[in-house]
Amino acid sequence: MTPQPIVDARAVHKHFGTLHVLKGVDLKVAERELVFVIGPSGSGKSTLLRCLNRLEEPSSGSILVDGIDMLDPKTDINHARRRIGMVFQSFNLYPHMTALGNVTLALRKVAGKSRAEADRLGQAALERVGLADRAGHTPGQLSGGQQQRVAIARSIALEPRVMLFDEPTSALDPELVGSVLEVMRSLRESGMTMVVVSHEMGFARNAADRVVFMDDGLIVEQGPPAAIFEKPTQERTRAFIGQIQRH
Amino acid sequence: MTTWDRFLDTFFNGKVMLKYLPDILWGVVVTIELAILIVLSGLAAGLALALLRSLAIRPLNWLIIFIVDLFRSLPPLVIIVLMYFGLPYAEVSPSGFVSTWLSLAFVLMAFSEEIFWAGITSIHKGQWEAARSTGLSFGETLMNVVLPQALRLTIPPLTNRTIAITKGTALGTVVAVSEILGAASSAMSNSYNPSPLMMGAAAYLVLFLPVVVLARRLERRFAWKR
Amino acid sequence: MEAMIQTFFNVEIIAASWPIVVAGLLNTVLLSLIVVPLGLFGGLILAMLASIRHPLVRWPLMAWVDFFRAFPPLVLLILLFAGLPFAGLDLGGFACVAIAFFLNTGSYYGEIFRAGIESVPAGQVEAGRSTGLSRLQAMTYIILPQAVRNVLPDLLSNTLEVVKLTSLGSVVAVPELLYQARQAQSLTYNPTPIVVAAIIYFLMLWPLVRLLSRLENRALAGRR
Repeated sequence: MTPQPIVDARAVHKHFGTLHVLKGVDLKVAERELVFVIGPSGSGKSTLLRCLNRLEEPSSGSILVDGIDMLDPKTDINHARRRIGMVFQSFNLYPHMTALGNVTLALRKVAGKSRAEADRLGQAALERVGLADRAGHTPGQLSGGQQQRVAIARSIALEPRVMLFDEPTSALDPELVGSVLEVMRSLRESGMTMVVVSHEMGFARNAADRVVFMDDGLIVEQGPPAAIFEKPTQERTRAFIGQIQRH
Repeated sequence: MTTWDRFLDTFFNGKVMLKYLPDILWGVVVTIELAILIVLSGLAAGLALALLRSLAIRPLNWLIIFIVDLFRSLPPLVIIVLMYFGLPYAEVSPSGFVSTWLSLAFVLMAFSEEIFWAGITSIHKGQWEAARSTGLSFGETLMNVVLPQALRLTIPPLTNRTIAITKGTALGTVVAVSEILGAASSAMSNSYNPSPLMMGAAAYLVLFLPVVVLARRLERRFAWKR
Repeated sequence: MEAMIQTFFNVEIIAASWPIVVAGLLNTVLLSLIVVPLGLFGGLILAMLASIRHPLVRWPLMAWVDFFRAFPPLVLLILLFAGLPFAGLDLGGFACVAIAFFLNTGSYYGEIFRAGIESVPAGQVEAGRSTGLSRLQAMTYIILPQAVRNVLPDLLSNTLEVVKLTSLGSVVAVPELLYQARQAQSLTYNPTPIVVAAIIYFLMLWPLVRLLSRLENRALAGRR
């Protein structure tokens, strides 16, 4: 018997008006697995990620996360989302709050912790991303890399079952990318289940369990990084890999 | 008597001023009462409408937009006159004080709703998404994440608009409210001397000049942060 | 319901009072056509003076502007209309409205123009002056066109307020829309004329309000 996957998405379709962005995507993610999603822009990879925690409403299909039916109207979506961390390309930190305030807001409002308890957990989360000494800073006083690490702390403080990364390093200056990848690597080592949409192929190669290549709203090919990067079976995959490696 | 003495005797007559000082001071109290009521109820109603509008219920939003447009289009004096002279025909007779208060509160409601709403919609979509992805509900996100940022943006335009509308308390004179202008006008016709009017004018300056200067500072401060 | 309509929207009374109300409307339009340019003109002078950054000009100017912004326009109007006759100067309602608006709305327009002028980068003047334009020419051909564009929503918004303010004329017996409607009301013992006046104001100004609400939303969003 195979263990129950953390993420189990089946036949997910998404239309934006006349645009058919997802054309029936199936994706399973096992516990402790790091799945890396790559593909050209407009291939639907970000949309897929955003459907998983229902920031986008899928047009049809089914999505189970940690056994919870995300599309069931009876599901308490806010409660479910607490267990699904999300990290955005543009960080989306709350500019009017300190780093600690950013991390503790949902702890207090969703997890129902007292302020003292939330502060303790928030401080611990900031510690994990190496920013314990920046707790009192506002986002405007932090570098892009530090902001993104605070955003990661905001998610992990809620002890998610899975974390979704939507191009977490694309908005960063090159010299700041490393610190964020470092945090992601340590998360991976602690056994966090992760789905990552990113262009950081080096990171994919040595940290991912599985690479999923999407194009035109469909999963074209998936497998271990070595297989996808060295011996892709599909022509479209080969073209895409060839293109990014030339850069 | 020189011309200057005559001028002083007419416009700054000590005896007249002393006699009507209590009336003017009482007028100041009425003006302040009106101003506080208008600002509190107007801004509260404006914020409430903006929050209602964020629920995005279509027919409700059309209604809100219509009400806001209506009170932005009508001159405040027309609304006051309509309430005070018109409503009695329907067996409702609000006093001049109530007519002035409600009319200006409606006007401030309309203007502040527009400003609050513009503030709310100017907050980036990513803020909503980040908060919702951590499990915060719509209401919690609005209250804890979006509104605090929106309110900051709205402070300068809101201050200016609030001052402009609060100055409208002087319109109460038209419907027999004894606020500053009303008190000064009746004192003037009783004494056949414009000195009370000069006192009234001075009272307005004392009340509003600090607020205008403060508003200028606020605007500067927020301009720097841009 | 029938009774309400009879009271507040009585067709016979509308018909009877129509000429009076229309005469008022014409005067409101006329008044607006006088006081809006007057206020714009006053504001422009203030803003151009403010661009002379000498403290001896700047401070009195700021005091002047704040003084008239602190005064309720009605107070200014009454001061002119009821106060000046004691000094032997009886100007009449119409002239008083014009002067009061020149002072009051001129100050508001002035602040808006000033903000607009300050929003144009200094390099623009320098570029103009370097080609030999005089100070005034640089202001007229280079700064002002850009300034006006930058503050157009505020200018329109203030103009809306000025048109609405013309209703204050009714207090000093200028026969504009509100005054005429109240005359008709007291003649007919019926509030219909005031309701009609309100509807006219609304229909006249609604398009401007709609336009403004769009422009303002965009402006605030742009501030982030």
